[in-house]
Amino acid sequence: MERAQYVVVVGCGRLGSILASRLSGQGHSVVVIDWQESTFNHLATEFSGFQIVGDASELAILRQAKTDKADCLLAVTGEDNLNLMVAQVAQVVFKVKTVLARVLDPEREHIYREFGIATISPTDLSADAFLQAFREALLENLL
Amino acid sequence: MKVILIGGGKLVYFLVRQFASKGYQLTIINQDAVEAKALARQLKATVILGDGSDPVILNEAGAYQADIVLSLTPHDQDNLVACQIAQKRYGAPRTIALVNDPDYQEVFQQLGVTVAFSATQILASLIEQRAGFEDIETLIPAAEGRVSVTEITLHETSPAIGQTLQALELPTGVLIGCIIRDGNVIVPRGWSRLQTADRLILISQPEYYGQFLSKLTGEAG
Repeated sequence: MERAQYVVVVGCGRLGSILASRLSGQGHSVVVIDWQESTFNHLATEFSGFQIVGDASELAILRQAKTDKADCLLAVTGEDNLNLMVAQVAQVVFKVKTVLARVLDPEREHIYREFGIATISPTDLSADAFLQAFREALLENLL
Repeated sequence: MKVILIGGGKLVYFLVRQFASKGYQLTIINQDAVEAKALARQLKATVILGDGSDPVILNEAGAYQADIVLSLTPHDQDNLVACQIAQKRYGAPRTIALVNDPDYQEVFQQLGVTVAFSATQILASLIEQRAGFEDIETLIPAAEGRVSVTEITLHETSPAIGQTLQALELPTGVLIGCIIRDGNVIVPRGWSRLQTADRLILISQPEYYGQFLSKLTGEAG
């Protein structure tokens, strides 16, 4: 396996909890942040990392998660703007090498990608997946 | 001048009232249908109902023609994104963001916001710098609060009386801009000696201010 990475996951909703659980299961050290303690119930049993209850829009919370030591930060809360802010703060203030933000609004996602923030748009991804399935179905019908 | 304000509450209401009296062209973006309607009724401004960090809404508000965009919501992330999109996407020349978490003041400016201001910071420094020093006449924050200009009067109990400025060994980051003595303005030199009832105009960085004051007044900084 590659060297274990220190990963900060911001947001422990459906996506965040899967990411945190799998990364932890793969042997990486993971810290997950969410302002709602109950969301940590989503974490799988394979998760052996740390949990921080707090609002990630507060710089002190990111500091508490030792973001300055992180190899990677994944901003995956349900709020586009929060993800975009946390990602930029991680990049600029904490000099985190790999930073990814989830952005649901495709328009906002394009703008920030132009700014050089690595973003992932679930909306675009599912649109692509749907279109791909649609094309495959068409091809099958043609054959 | 065309100004876009994002947010609501008394802050936006009174700012818009003040700007309107100066004849500015004003647009408010507010997320709350009831408040937006009330603002539209009360104020001489165009009110748009929507999310000020949404590029579509900013476009509708005419962000590409705005001279200044102010984002004043209680959510730092929304203020940051609104300012960044206004500036980078629509070329707004000046953006101002309210930062609720004072730690973000510098960070936001690093991230492209022209001015980030923290109400917490401003109030805290006003209270800290004013409390206990009855002789302080005025206090003006300048350069977004990174420098403050203060006027104080020296009493006979001041340990600085009779000393030259050079002997005071003032910390770096502070300056006595001028001395007002018997109505005359004196530009201070290293050899200027301070006297009772001198009024001093101080220019200082907030972090050195307490130290500076305690040298001049004898009170703990």
